[in-house]
Amino acid sequence: MSDGSHWMHRVSPGATLRWTVLFIGGLIMITPLLYMFSSSLKPGADIYDLRLIPARATLDNYRAVLSDGRFMRWFLNSTFIATCVTLSTLFFDSLVGYTLAKFRFRGRQLVFIAILSTLMIPTEMLVIPWYLLSAQLGWIDSYWGIMFPGMMTGFGTFLMKQFFETVPDDFLEAARIDGLSEFAIWWRVAMPLVTPALSALAIFAFLGNWTAFFWPLIVTTSQELYTLPIGLSSFAVEAAIKWEMIMTGAALATIPTLIVFLVLQRYIVRGVMLAGLKG
Amino acid sequence: MARIQISDLIKRYGKAEVIHGIDLDIADGEFVVLVGPSGCGKSTTLRMIAGLEDISGGTIRIGDRVVNDMPPKNRNIAMVFQNYAIYPHLSLRKNIGFGLHTSPLSAAEKDRKVDEVAALLGLTPYLDRRPAALSGGQRQRVAIGRAMVRDPQAFLFDEPLSNLDAQLRAQMRIEIKELHNRLGTTIVYVTHDQVEAMTMADRIVVMKDGHILQTGTPMEIYDRPQDVFTARFIGTPSMNIFRASEGADGFAPDPAGTALIGIRPQELRVAADGPTSLTAAGPVTVVETLGPETLVHFRPEGMDDALIATAPAHDIPHVGAQVTARAAPGALHLFDPKTEVALGRR
Repeated sequence: MSDGSHWMHRVSPGATLRWTVLFIGGLIMITPLLYMFSSSLKPGADIYDLRLIPARATLDNYRAVLSDGRFMRWFLNSTFIATCVTLSTLFFDSLVGYTLAKFRFRGRQLVFIAILSTLMIPTEMLVIPWYLLSAQLGWIDSYWGIMFPGMMTGFGTFLMKQFFETVPDDFLEAARIDGLSEFAIWWRVAMPLVTPALSALAIFAFLGNWTAFFWPLIVTTSQELYTLPIGLSSFAVEAAIKWEMIMTGAALATIPTLIVFLVLQRYIVRGVMLAGLKG
Repeated sequence: MARIQISDLIKRYGKAEVIHGIDLDIADGEFVVLVGPSGCGKSTTLRMIAGLEDISGGTIRIGDRVVNDMPPKNRNIAMVFQNYAIYPHLSLRKNIGFGLHTSPLSAAEKDRKVDEVAALLGLTPYLDRRPAALSGGQRQRVAIGRAMVRDPQAFLFDEPLSNLDAQLRAQMRIEIKELHNRLGTTIVYVTHDQVEAMTMADRIVVMKDGHILQTGTPMEIYDRPQDVFTARFIGTPSMNIFRASEGADGFAPDPAGTALIGIRPQELRVAADGPTSLTAAGPVTVVETLGPETLVHFRPEGMDDALIATAPAHDIPHVGAQVTARAAPGALHLFDPKTEVALGRR
């Protein structure tokens, strides 16, 4: 018996089935992504040629998209909005999570349940009150209007509370005796101890806001404020739909998220495991 | 350095009172150990001195100031915790210097103080390392260093050696005691380990159920425990406490006897001669060889529990053999059978 056949015998039929199903599942998920990159390299005339490897590969689409001022504007808008919302989420969610995890006060449980219950309301239902609020406060068609709903999240608060509960009270009490203010204890002692959770939350928040479509579409009207997903979708409603341009724009928009994910994916796994939820 | 005065201190959680009006006066530079079983209130008392727990009644005075409502940072005390509470994301230098961040000293002076403390505790070679690279004993030294660097009026230790193995614990006991001898700072030390209390304290405070049962020097508590609980709690192995009746040859174990007496295993000698205040005989159930001497467990007739006596190192009886143990006059502790309060020695 050769080494190869010996190895084959050690793989159980159940494992083979699992791997096959996972492989097919992976293939189904990755094919549109590969097709997007492939189409972005095809000239306009070949766009309906369904071959995955382009017959004539070209970077002209990338040159055209990158030289279009609107795309760069939308890219910067998305970067600005996703970064601001991520920083805000990290700040507020960790502050509230810390308070709920480490302080005993009347109504603490009620506040936590109220925050947790927001996880059960779909975005589609929240859009109307958000819109009314934005209209009342004059935030329609502004950066602030796009950003405010995501600046503090129930999920992030829950995630951070779970992590802060693992920080020993002794650490905080030692700092209290050493003379730190409560804010400084949170910032200088507790926050560095929950870096994995902060990383996971940062990824969830950044990706969520980078790809956000529904709310930015509703709250913005002027092209200058479009985020990338809204801008790219606007390509599709122009007089002549240029699929190769849409695919190129989408491919460019995907690259930052892919890099973020590949670099920090182990934190996402840890975050999901601890929170028992998906982002 | 500071005197710490506690008067009529009460702590309640909701309606449950856990500290029932205790009084304690700790002299300037004194090393006081609060000792007792889990739940006796010793850590709560320490945390109230530190300001980490509010007090429900009474007064705490550190130096000449009443500190009842003073936040911990203003009390000028330092605390060492059971789990070290040193920050894993900071180097040893930053950990030790952490308590100085609000100090008006210059950066150079702060560095000099950290260096001094590190040298005193033998931590200089590790100053740039993270705590994860240290042993348990070294981590506890870092925690002590962080407390020392601030020159506090008093040190509070909350079971600081509980996470260390027996050998390291013995070594750290000596180090802490030496440190106290050198610095002369007031220390309040909480432990459930009576060996730590006996070996380190200038004065021991025995606590139970939120009350102070007895305070005194280690030998006062060892020689003259005021009740059965303290008698059993202090000393290793625990004092034998049993019912006895008195005859012409002194006391003898008797489950129906009217006297409640105590005798330390070290004072109940197997095959001893001379004047006797207690004689007990029975078959050997267990023998513990300690090296310098041997502990002999034997069960006198009619008794449920075995007594522990001491035999010479090389005169070890076999399990099952009949032994007779005797105590010299003056070695017996008499207790009131109803109140379990000490009545004196015989």
